[in-house]
Amino acid sequence: MKNGLAALVVGFVFAIGLGISGMTQPQKVVGFLDVFGNWDPSLIFVMVGGIIVHFVTYKLIRKRKSPLLSTEWHVPTKKEITPALVTGSLLFGIGWGLGGFCPGPAVTSLASFESKPFIFVLSMLAGMFLFRLVDKKLNIKK
Amino acid sequence: MNQDWINALLGGVIIGISVSLMLLWNGRVTGISGIINGALSPVKGDTGWRVLFIVGLFLGGLTLRALNPNVFSGTLPTETWTTVAAGLLVGFGTILGSGCTSGHGVCGISRLSPRSIVATVVFILAGVVAVAAFRKLGVFL
Repeated sequence: MKNGLAALVVGFVFAIGLGISGMTQPQKVVGFLDVFGNWDPSLIFVMVGGIIVHFVTYKLIRKRKSPLLSTEWHVPTKKEITPALVTGSLLFGIGWGLGGFCPGPAVTSLASFESKPFIFVLSMLAGMFLFRLVDKKLNIKK
Repeated sequence: MNQDWINALLGGVIIGISVSLMLLWNGRVTGISGIINGALSPVKGDTGWRVLFIVGLFLGGLTLRALNPNVFSGTLPTETWTTVAAGLLVGFGTILGSGCTSGHGVCGISRLSPRSIVATVVFILAGVVAVAAFRKLGVFL
């Protein structure tokens, strides 16, 4: 229950950050990726800001024995660069450029009650289910 | 620095604070594709927080809309099929690649994870090449 409330607050704050940053405007996202056209580099500062803060807080927080509301850490520890990691990121990048949405901004933009975010999110969920089907048959994520 | 840069930096700092709270409270990475994907296959005790995180994002969206609806401007002038294709690629790709902009781009890079650094370089480069190609092909009307 406490973990759920915590996640709710985190989601809320995250969405506010996305909105202020410009990440919920697909044309801005495409402009950020349009290096060979009319490039708008501003969104790089979203990553810069997020990383500067979290680089510091990550080290501080991980000095604790455990999180405040959980008995253990759930941070990924895998190190191998796999074909799945690279191929998946490649496909994601193409989709990001095509739609101007990544998952967080897309879900946040559902609140605009416009059709595009809804179509995008439904298709994204379908893509996640499609992955399961393919992975079950071909075991592509090793 | 122009206003867009300042807003981007400020938004980024707020995002950095939110992912730090997730780590401090729940001990988790804020990887949004992974959180959504996990919510699609309910496991007892591991679903509620995921759904509530998504609700939080939506409530944040509603608040943004009430304060300044322009944050949702800038819809792409594209045909519907492109939105469908984009969603499919993002859904499939983020799960195959174990993360998206939040999980790899912010959380992973902040802890200097080699996988996240590679993933982020790959998806940004892929996005850059894709946008150049889509422009040439006239996908963006």
